[in-house]
Amino acid sequence: MADPDTLEKRLAQQGISRRAFLKFCTAMATLMALPPGTAPAIAAALAKAKRPSVIWLSFQECTGCTESLTRSYSPTVESLIFDMISLDYHHTLQAASGFGAEKSREDAMKESYGKYLLLVDGSIPTKDGGIYSTIAGTTNLDMLKQAAKGAAAIISVGTCAAFGGIPKANPNPTGAVAVSDIVKDKPIVNISGCPPIPAVITGVLAHYLTFGALPELDSLNRPKAFYGETIHDRCYRRPFYDQGKFAKTFDDEGARNGWCLFELGCKGPVTHNACATTKWNGGAGFPIEAGHGCLGCSEPDFWDAGGFYKALSMPATPLTLVTGAAVTGAAVGVGISIANRMKKGAAKSAHQTATFTDLEK
Amino acid sequence: MSASLQRGINVLKEMIDAPVASFFSSCVHCGLCAEACLFYTETGDPKYTPIHKLEPLRRVYSQEYTLLGRVGKMLGLSKALTDDELETWSELVYDSCTMCGRCSLVCPVGNDIVYMVRKLREGMAVSGHAPKDLRATTRRTIEIGSPMGVKWPAVQHVIQRQETETGLKIPVDQQGAEIMVLLSSMEVINYPEYLGALAKIFHKTGTRWTLSSKAIEATNAGIQIGASDLAREIVARIVTAAEGLGVKKVLSPECGHAYMALRWEGPNLMGRPFKFEVVHVLELLDEWRRAGKLKVKDKFKTPVTLHDPCQIVRRGGVLEAPELLLEQVVSEYRPMTDPNKWNWCCGGGGGTSAIHEPDAEQLRFKAFQVKKRQIEETGVDTVVTFCANCRIVIEEAFDHYGMNTKLLGLTELLAQHLED
Amino acid sequence: MNAMQFLAWVRGPGLDISVGILLLGVIWRLLEIYTLGRKPDLAPARRRAGASGWHTLYRRSLPAPGGLSRSPISYVGGYTFHIGLAIVVFLFAPHILLASSLVGLSWPGLPSPVIDGVTVITLAAMLVMLFDRINKPVKRYLSTFEDYFTWALTFLPVLTGYLAVKHLLLPYATMLAVHILCVELLLIALPFTKLFHAITVFGSRWYNGQINGRRGVPV
Repeated sequence: MADPDTLEKRLAQQGISRRAFLKFCTAMATLMALPPGTAPAIAAALAKAKRPSVIWLSFQECTGCTESLTRSYSPTVESLIFDMISLDYHHTLQAASGFGAEKSREDAMKESYGKYLLLVDGSIPTKDGGIYSTIAGTTNLDMLKQAAKGAAAIISVGTCAAFGGIPKANPNPTGAVAVSDIVKDKPIVNISGCPPIPAVITGVLAHYLTFGALPELDSLNRPKAFYGETIHDRCYRRPFYDQGKFAKTFDDEGARNGWCLFELGCKGPVTHNACATTKWNGGAGFPIEAGHGCLGCSEPDFWDAGGFYKALSMPATPLTLVTGAAVTGAAVGVGISIANRMKKGAAKSAHQTATFTDLEK
Repeated sequence: MSASLQRGINVLKEMIDAPVASFFSSCVHCGLCAEACLFYTETGDPKYTPIHKLEPLRRVYSQEYTLLGRVGKMLGLSKALTDDELETWSELVYDSCTMCGRCSLVCPVGNDIVYMVRKLREGMAVSGHAPKDLRATTRRTIEIGSPMGVKWPAVQHVIQRQETETGLKIPVDQQGAEIMVLLSSMEVINYPEYLGALAKIFHKTGTRWTLSSKAIEATNAGIQIGASDLAREIVARIVTAAEGLGVKKVLSPECGHAYMALRWEGPNLMGRPFKFEVVHVLELLDEWRRAGKLKVKDKFKTPVTLHDPCQIVRRGGVLEAPELLLEQVVSEYRPMTDPNKWNWCCGGGGGTSAIHEPDAEQLRFKAFQVKKRQIEETGVDTVVTFCANCRIVIEEAFDHYGMNTKLLGLTELLAQHLED
Repeated sequence: MNAMQFLAWVRGPGLDISVGILLLGVIWRLLEIYTLGRKPDLAPARRRAGASGWHTLYRRSLPAPGGLSRSPISYVGGYTFHIGLAIVVFLFAPHILLASSLVGLSWPGLPSPVIDGVTVITLAAMLVMLFDRINKPVKRYLSTFEDYFTWALTFLPVLTGYLAVKHLLLPYATMLAVHILCVELLLIALPFTKLFHAITVFGSRWYNGQINGRRGVPV
């Protein structure tokens, strides 16, 4: 029996018999002017052709990235996992559970060693040996290191895996870090976003499967095709920014007129993502279009960037030194004033009334 | 012979006050003060930039009265003033500054530079770095009573001459007179007609006036050299005499620094207000003009222009009287460009005319070129002014440049055209 | 430290420290300067309408007669730079937001393209002024390291702000953080350099006007 995900099996599932398959291979050999004996060899090779193995590890995550993936419409997640890849391990989508699921993962990793794509969502806790997130008794930290060894490339799906995300936000009790903080010797693509746009996840996969290589990346290892521009530079509300028309509350006239949300904390100017062009929900819209400022969720440390509702031009944290500084300044000023007075007084006391002989040395 | 650097620095410490501190903290090195100073504009030498003249004072301010400056001095990042430096600055503070005050009007951040020059001179004087000619003038004023060494007998001689020429009595030491009149030595020696003119005008207006044999000199070398203790001694003579005679007003003559010294610095030197009013002769004349007491019989026909002495107009506040009086008595008055409080110095005030070093004199003649241009622009060949020092300086300059321009004193001009 | 962390730092602790030092320095220096006081003037004043410290406060902003033709660059450059800087600092929407978050006041601003234009003019004026300072004998003679240093401290915020808005030179988040850092350096240096004239100009003009006004001379 052929492997479950071989070409032969898939063809059979789609109603193409083995006889028809062999006919096809013979025709191929003839077409390519190969000797008649090669037809079985072609059949044997093609029968064994497999969809690339994909291992998806979910660590300290909220499953939002998977939720986003399942909303992908082109390719749909179904055609993705049934036609394009062999999703050998995914907590949410797999039917198996328990030791059986772990065994499948280990088998797939062994079988496709050096060739499988490792997808990770969620951050990796490192404090106290990484005890804060384990699967089947193995810490995320160990599991990642293990899985990374045989991966052809790693894709960090979502800001948690790419940059640490919400678990890393102050005070980071679990010592959460990004995948790239652990794995240093494999190519890593960061598909950041909280969650990322579905089409961005599937688009990167499609690129890899078609060209056998990862797409061009920016300085944070995000694919330039999707993260090359800021929201601000593609935002349809930009003319209002340029004119200085800002909504000041969420239901004032400006808000209702669709004015720029900069004053309400929009981080569009410093956020790289495709939300303003590719949009969400099949192109239905994106946060700004719905009337809420961009959170900057595809950027590192966006949770600690000073507050979602604080405009970029506002202080990130309240000013705490002002009173102390004023008091200290006053103290120094008073101190020097007293010293000055004393010096002047001393100079006056030291004054010797001049006579005209005092004008000469 | 006890001038010393220590005394100088000590005096500078006394001189520094909030305005000085504010001014030095505000200077942005824009250099606009240089364009207002005739010593810079006529030489093109940036060392004459007014604020630069104050560098020693600024150093003392910074090192003595600012926390960062004090720390800097302790750490050796700045050096205390030296005698050599002050010697270099002597030319900048005295020879090339007449304390005309034009720079103070121009500074965009509002620095009153001449205010500070006056204070810096205090330190320069008692550290022995004032020009020796100014020291001599001061000595003569203290010892003899006049910077030019004029003694009472010389004054008596002038009195007699003027009495003869005018046919009027010139009172001396009259108790209870209304006005006590002061003269400058320059007038006694060079322009004695001024006294006769006054006599005529007082006679016309029926004023009870007097001279004082104990206090005839109006000028104050102490102000010019910058030695307030000596300035006080000089001013005290006038105050004692005037309060002794019980006069209501003391008349300051046509001399710039005399007015400044008596009217504005006097009470501060004495530490108390005077019991009399100080009035500039032109203020008095203008008062009478407005009251209709000064009637002219005819007007001076030749077109004239007016030179405004710095200490009387810009620094003294006698702004309108001169022009109004002049217009009374001349048929054509052509104001200079930059008239009134914007006028340019003759180059000889502030004690500079007393400095007879060749370099200093050459510098003054060079500086005079601005005045020369002003006069030539008006196209007149008669200049009227009302300061004896300006008169002597301008006449010398006319000589030097071979100009045929005439120079007249305003009070004398008025007197000449008064109704008999 | 990545760009967002840098930006969060300058918007957070960096701002706190620099505003603190600014406040500390201003209060200290104001006391240091003005508590020196001055002796009362015992000469009777001559009052004249229009001659006082208050009048000089605004009147000294006008050039002296003949000044404009003698020193056109100093005056025109000075006006352009100061007015331009004021417009860019106070009438650009993100700056107004910052002010309102710090002191609670708000006012309307100018459209961004107008601010862009004013910024370019301001930068040009500042370059001209620097050039003039180096070229003119008096300015060159007077100038010290502090003059050039404070010029740079003032020029860089305007330049980096422009580069940030225009997305030039560095990625936006970094450029914005550099701009804010440049502003913070300016704030720190302000009380301790000639930049303090921004505050003492009022005291100096007032003293000048008052001293001369007492004598009856409007300056």
